[in-house]
Amino acid sequence: MDISTKKSDAPPSSPLPADLSAAEQKRAARGATRPGDRVFLGLSRGSGIFLLVIMAAIAVFLTYRSVIAISKNESNFLTTFEWNPTAAEPSFGIAVLAYGTVVSSIIAMVIAVPIAVGIALFITHYAPRRLGGAISFVIDLLAAVPSIVYGLWGALVLAPHLVGLYGWLDDYFGWTGILEWQGGAPRSLFTVGILLAIMILPIITSVSREVFRQAPQMHQEAALALGATRWEVIRMSVIPFGRSGVISASMLGLGRALGETMAVATVLSPNFKIEASLLDPNGGTFAQNIASKFSEASEMGRDALIASGLVLFIITLLVNGAARAIIARRAEYSGANA
Amino acid sequence: MAKRIDISGLSAYYSSFRAIEDISMAIEPRSVTAFIGPSGCGKSTFLRTLNRMHEVTPGGRVEGKVMLGDENLYGAGVDPVAVRREVGMVFQRPNPFPTMSVYDNVAAGLRLNGSYKKSELDGIVEKSLKGANLWNEVKDRLNKPGSGLSGGQQQRLCIARAIAVEPNVLLMDEPCSALDPISTLAIEDLISELKERFTIVIVTHNMQQAARVSDRTAFFNLSAVGQPGKLIEIDDTERIFSNPSVQATEDYISGRFG
Amino acid sequence: MSQTVNVERPSTLQGARLPKWAPLAVAAGSIALGLGISAAAGLDSSIQWALLAAIFFVLASYGIAARVEGRRQAKDRVATSLVWVAFLLAVIPLVSLMWETVERGVKVLDGYFLSHSMGLVTDTEPGGGIYHAILGTLEQVGIATLISVPIGILTAIYLVEYGRGRLAQAVTFFVDVMTGIPSIVAGLFVLSFWILILDMGPSGFAGAMALTILMLPVIVRSTEEMLKLVPNELREASLALGVPKWRTIMKVVLPTSIGGITTGVMLAIARITGETAPVLLLVWGSTFINTDPFDGPQASLPMYIYQQYANSGGSGAAYDRAWAAALTLIAFVMILNLAARGIARWKAPKTGR
Repeated sequence: MDISTKKSDAPPSSPLPADLSAAEQKRAARGATRPGDRVFLGLSRGSGIFLLVIMAAIAVFLTYRSVIAISKNESNFLTTFEWNPTAAEPSFGIAVLAYGTVVSSIIAMVIAVPIAVGIALFITHYAPRRLGGAISFVIDLLAAVPSIVYGLWGALVLAPHLVGLYGWLDDYFGWTGILEWQGGAPRSLFTVGILLAIMILPIITSVSREVFRQAPQMHQEAALALGATRWEVIRMSVIPFGRSGVISASMLGLGRALGETMAVATVLSPNFKIEASLLDPNGGTFAQNIASKFSEASEMGRDALIASGLVLFIITLLVNGAARAIIARRAEYSGANA
Repeated sequence: MAKRIDISGLSAYYSSFRAIEDISMAIEPRSVTAFIGPSGCGKSTFLRTLNRMHEVTPGGRVEGKVMLGDENLYGAGVDPVAVRREVGMVFQRPNPFPTMSVYDNVAAGLRLNGSYKKSELDGIVEKSLKGANLWNEVKDRLNKPGSGLSGGQQQRLCIARAIAVEPNVLLMDEPCSALDPISTLAIEDLISELKERFTIVIVTHNMQQAARVSDRTAFFNLSAVGQPGKLIEIDDTERIFSNPSVQATEDYISGRFG
Repeated sequence: MSQTVNVERPSTLQGARLPKWAPLAVAAGSIALGLGISAAAGLDSSIQWALLAAIFFVLASYGIAARVEGRRQAKDRVATSLVWVAFLLAVIPLVSLMWETVERGVKVLDGYFLSHSMGLVTDTEPGGGIYHAILGTLEQVGIATLISVPIGILTAIYLVEYGRGRLAQAVTFFVDVMTGIPSIVAGLFVLSFWILILDMGPSGFAGAMALTILMLPVIVRSTEEMLKLVPNELREASLALGVPKWRTIMKVVLPTSIGGITTGVMLAIARITGETAPVLLLVWGSTFINTDPFDGPQASLPMYIYQQYANSGGSGAAYDRAWAAALTLIAFVMILNLAARGIARWKAPKTGR
């Protein structure tokens, strides 16, 4: 509405094209008196409304069941380190899940973001053009590999290969406590982080690649003409341009990592406690906990899982919202410069 | 500082398409040489071969020799990065780095090429901005983004950035085509001052501009679309515009084509 | 000019350059060194020697370039090396994923496997197949597609052709929100009202509802993009001929963008076909063929993979089945993806570019 009024405020010097949207609106309004148009408009508007209803329903039902669960909880939902919703005195909390979700996602981001940026630069600025095109194609396809397949691969191929690395980390960095390893199967948050990194690599790469590709040629040439090497060109004109795009791509990847279920459920051997070591089985994630506890859960147990799912939902909403805000700000910025 | 450029037998290609063919000419130091000719005749391509920017375009390739002083730019072992430090360039559209301040834009090339003390850098930035006739307009907002300046100011900022590294040659690719007449005048005045210190080559579509600023003028033409561009003649500007030796030049200058 | 004294400016344009083969030589040397150290120290994981080799490669590139070419060139070389290392680091696991899936998947993948259910085959013994799972997946994905395609396309039409007001803004916003819903949360939602409140049992349809929630925003987004590509002149030309708006949309706008819309729908199908989590919560899985998606638990391909993996207790036969099912699933998803891209290229709207 705002847009159309603004447009019709424009000076009426060129009556036809100036307020196109107003004209279109009038036409739409006139058209809507026809039965065919009315039905069609009704259907399409109805679909939009249906979508809103679903969203509202999701929020309402999840909240409703969560409230039931939390009201029966005998301990603090946020700070409790155990998950016993079916006990006579139900006691469950998300502290361990929040820890595991955040830690595995951070590991994934630390690994994936630099590598994804590297590949994106490789495709746009280093590889011969054919090779770059082929690689982007493959990366796009890999984004489509179902997460359960990543999970299967992670559990049966990746984890066994990590034994050596774990031993190493324990040998040289075990003293930190964080990288201490008791020698169990390498199915810890660290492995999950690596697997998540591999899974979110394609999405971060393809968004970053698009951003880098749009870096204005004229600024790159300006840097070149000053006698910059290829890396200096990238540092002076490509990265400043692409920074916010990379951030929002990373946030999108983070959103996926936070909500990833099957890959984590397949690889992690969960252990409902928090300890310093990333290499020993500790923690769990929201999604993994839901998937693995669900089948044996009673109604109360399911409600408790729903409550944890609601928390996950809110976290991903915030992350995705942040990503979109960054994208929007960038759109404004580049619009002002165009 | 200024050096003479000798070009011999130079051809440039985009993949298999030959854009310019067998060009030989000499460009005198401390003077302005203008390239004129109809669209697509390869004058910008030719200009970009003079600082090895042509090969940046995918498929871009050059044959022939360009002697800067006594060195061949296309000789074996020559580093294009080093070439571009000696041969500065100003582009059609002003392109200051949008995320950098006015000051940082001017200092950008210097920071690449060595480390300077703050006071030295301040001195060079001020000198370059003065050299580009921009100092008085921006001295109070050196730390504001360069993209906040007007188009003409941005272009002079780009010139300041190019001359800050003290190149031997300054290439200008239609530097005024995106500017209004007043800004154009400012740039033209600046070019006349800069030729005291640099060898300047300017591509222009505007023949009055070529007549106003240049000492020598080269006319390029192509026999048909899809054919490579060629150098038709190069001579003192006065002669090209009054009494050219080739009929095509006269036709072009008097507006019969192009 | 006198201020520029401390710039080391070579009088010549010739910088000392490393020969073209230098990076390759450094890479070969690094790999040899990585392998050598691994062999000497008895490291058995390929990840270790590869990491060692990568580190040597980057360090050696810098060291050698810094000596011969100078610091700036060395930095440039390091950046190049890092970019290459990043590329290789990423390629190795992704290639391994594809390779292992194919290699381990073909073992039991045959006509029998595709045409039989698990039936009474226990998890640890060989035999059985994925027919019931394929059937379940096709039904669940089919239902989800039937629901979400019309709603999604109509919503996109509303947003592009009609929507100007608050409602349209709200829809746009919530489509964005919906895009980010983790699949398990979509599953929990259907669980909360369909199974816990309406007290329905698990069924393929319940799963399909969750898949619909995941599919809708993808279809709305992609259709919206495609409709926006249709030039306004086309709409105006049709409207100017007195064609009613709804017929303009049906006869002019949609046919122009049908290729892109189809691509979007196929990509969305490919995406939800691999979804496991909501199906796990709502369809439960079954070893028998259940053709009725509205009654009783069903199997599904991704869930089959998970269950073969998780319930098998490490039995080789179950792992083989899991890999074979994974290969089938990947093949299906990849074919959809390739076909979608093919259609996109073939039917690309001819708007200038």
